Amino acid sequence: MTRRTWIGWQFVAPFLAVFALVFLAPIVYSVYLSLYRTRLIGGTSFVGAENYTKALHDPQFWSAVGRVSLFMVVQVPIMLLLALLIALAIDSGRLYGAAFFRISIFLPYAVPAVVATLMWGFIYGDRFGLVGNINDYFGVHLPDPLAPDLVLASIGNIVTWEFVGYNMLILYSALRVVDTSLYEAAAIDGAGQWRIIRAIKLPALRGPLLITTMFSIIGSFQMFTEPVVLKTIAPNAILTYFAPNYYAWQLSFGGQQYNYSATVAVVMGLITMLVAYLVQARAVRKAG
Amino acid sequence: MRMRMTRRRALLGAAMSITLLAAGCGSSDDSTDEAPAATTVSDADVEAALQAGGNLTVWAWEPTLTKVVAQFQTKYPKVKVNLVNAGSGNDQYTALQNAVKAGTGVPDLAQIEYFALPQFSLSKAVTDLSAYGAKALDGTFSPGPWTSVHSGEKIYGLPMDSGPMALFYNKEVFDKYKIAVPTTWEEYATAAEKLHTANPKSYITSDSGDAGFTTSMIWQAGGRPYKVEGTDVTVNFDDEGTKKWTGLWQGLVDKKLLAPTPGWSDAWYKGLGDGTIASLVIGAWMPPNLESGVKAASGKWRVAPMPQWAAGEKVTAENGGSSLAVTEASQAKTLAYGFLKYATVGDGAQIRTDEGAFPATTAQLTADAFKNKEFPYLGGQKANEVLSEAATQVATGWSYLPFQVYANSVFNDSVGKAYTGGSTLQDGLKAWQEASTKYGQEQGFTIK
Repeated sequence: MTRRTWIGWQFVAPFLAVFALVFLAPIVYSVYLSLYRTRLIGGTSFVGAENYTKALHDPQFWSAVGRVSLFMVVQVPIMLLLALLIALAIDSGRLYGAAFFRISIFLPYAVPAVVATLMWGFIYGDRFGLVGNINDYFGVHLPDPLAPDLVLASIGNIVTWEFVGYNMLILYSALRVVDTSLYEAAAIDGAGQWRIIRAIKLPALRGPLLITTMFSIIGSFQMFTEPVVLKTIAPNAILTYFAPNYYAWQLSFGGQQYNYSATVAVVMGLITMLVAYLVQARAVRKAG
Repeated sequence: MRMRMTRRRALLGAAMSITLLAAGCGSSDDSTDEAPAATTVSDADVEAALQAGGNLTVWAWEPTLTKVVAQFQTKYPKVKVNLVNAGSGNDQYTALQNAVKAGTGVPDLAQIEYFALPQFSLSKAVTDLSAYGAKALDGTFSPGPWTSVHSGEKIYGLPMDSGPMALFYNKEVFDKYKIAVPTTWEEYATAAEKLHTANPKSYITSDSGDAGFTTSMIWQAGGRPYKVEGTDVTVNFDDEGTKKWTGLWQGLVDKKLLAPTPGWSDAWYKGLGDGTIASLVIGAWMPPNLESGVKAASGKWRVAPMPQWAAGEKVTAENGGSSLAVTEASQAKTLAYGFLKYATVGDGAQIRTDEGAFPATTAQLTADAFKNKEFPYLGGQKANEVLSEAATQVATGWSYLPFQVYANSVFNDSVGKAYTGGSTLQDGLKAWQEASTKYGQEQGFTIK
């Protein structure tokens, strides 16, 4: 009995070792860090849950959470709807040059986020960028995309540009595996294109749509590269607590508050897990 | 391999601390903090260390140090100096703080700007140089930088360069719109309005909120917002000097007379080149930056004294500038001090001045060759006459926070709102004061 159990563990051990090292250890270490406090004067001391109480009452942290939540609620549906429309269009077979269309929409995903943001930063510039050129050329005065009240929308535009192709590809590949006999049957029954989309294609996309939604939600909560890169050209619009990850980064590298930074990271991880779980639970219940 | 390295280092550390303990017991009942000061290193010891040789790692981004290192190694062939650019400013401080915290990979010497030095001396990341005879260098450096490397009686670095402020202006633009070079801030504000009215694309200068610039301007205006005595810290932006500056600058912000271009961005360099940013009030280290970054405007820029708050006054402030410091973790402090002295007061001072750095040493500042040097970029102007005079006029009594690096990093969160129309400079500074004191309290300082 015992021997059999040990053999099982031996087979699982290599995986468990790697899993513990690269997945569990960093999380455990973050939690460990979050229970202490290091000060410039007075050194390190154990403070228990004090950092967590502080995070729960930290207006800067919650403003960051609010900002990425707003971003998620607005940007994710727009991006996924666009991805869905494009996937359906390419899959319809009525598009001329579908392969070219597909690859050119996917291409931005291959551009590193830093480069993409730099490029869009130049476009957004209202003095020397494309926006500035348009203003000069047409004698108009477009609102500054990097102003504090517009910068989140501008980041949404960059993120949509970057990820619409990636999501489109997931949805498109799901459409490709739909059994063609279903379409034949639909044609025999005299179903039109809209009917086929509603009755065959959308149900087939339920799983992939859930996956892309989850990825996008997690991606929104992890927003980091875009604000960091834009900070240099829009220092007053991007605050050091613009997004939760940015805030954690600033705490640890700007303020040497490693312990509180770990706390923020842990809390944010929990919030992301919770939201992702709720979305999934809801989707599963609907499917059931 | 890695394991063995760590082990050996740990053993070395243990041996070191035993030696230190022994020294402490032998001499007196002083706390271990005072132990190094008791064993003074003489110039002869330093020279011996240089002759004996060894390895040194230097973290610096200052470009003229490359030549200093080359010459140094020719003079002391047994010393091998490894000059590493670990990033500029904050990037390097982050790397250095991480290395100090980790206890490994700490360089022997590091370039640290004056505003950041208190933070590193407080956390004991850099070592007190008075034990190595740094006190004897009193009078070698101009007063501004020399004060900046002091913390009480202790000396935590040697000045490498300095940044007394001056007015750099684009003469072509000023001439075109018939604007006289302003000598007071009132004239400066008038000039700003005149220029922008004449050409709506041109601005007297650019500012979108810069902590270093703001504190330097308050410094010149007579404000002393930071008071630091050990771990007692006061932050107060509600004084006359600060209000003098916000009064003037708020007017320029409100009338949109400042280009909203962040400093050191591509747009900024372009604006300096095409005349849309017509002047800069900045440290004396600026000429080489103009030469390399703004080639388009060669021959057009000139230097004038910093505008004053009252006609006839002669008061300037420091803006930027770096020291070179020996780290506490260095295993070769005596040797490191040898290099430090070579680079800052020895042959290195002249080498760096020849390479275009703005010196902090009085010998270099007052040398005829330095003062008479003509800058082709500045239309042949003997710019150092203006700049070295500015170095002697730096107002005294200024100090930075022992956590200025952090404070500067959150400057735009609060004061930035004044530039986007959501607040005023005075209110922004008040919010910055609150953020600074909050951080100070969290870090265990006594805020008064």
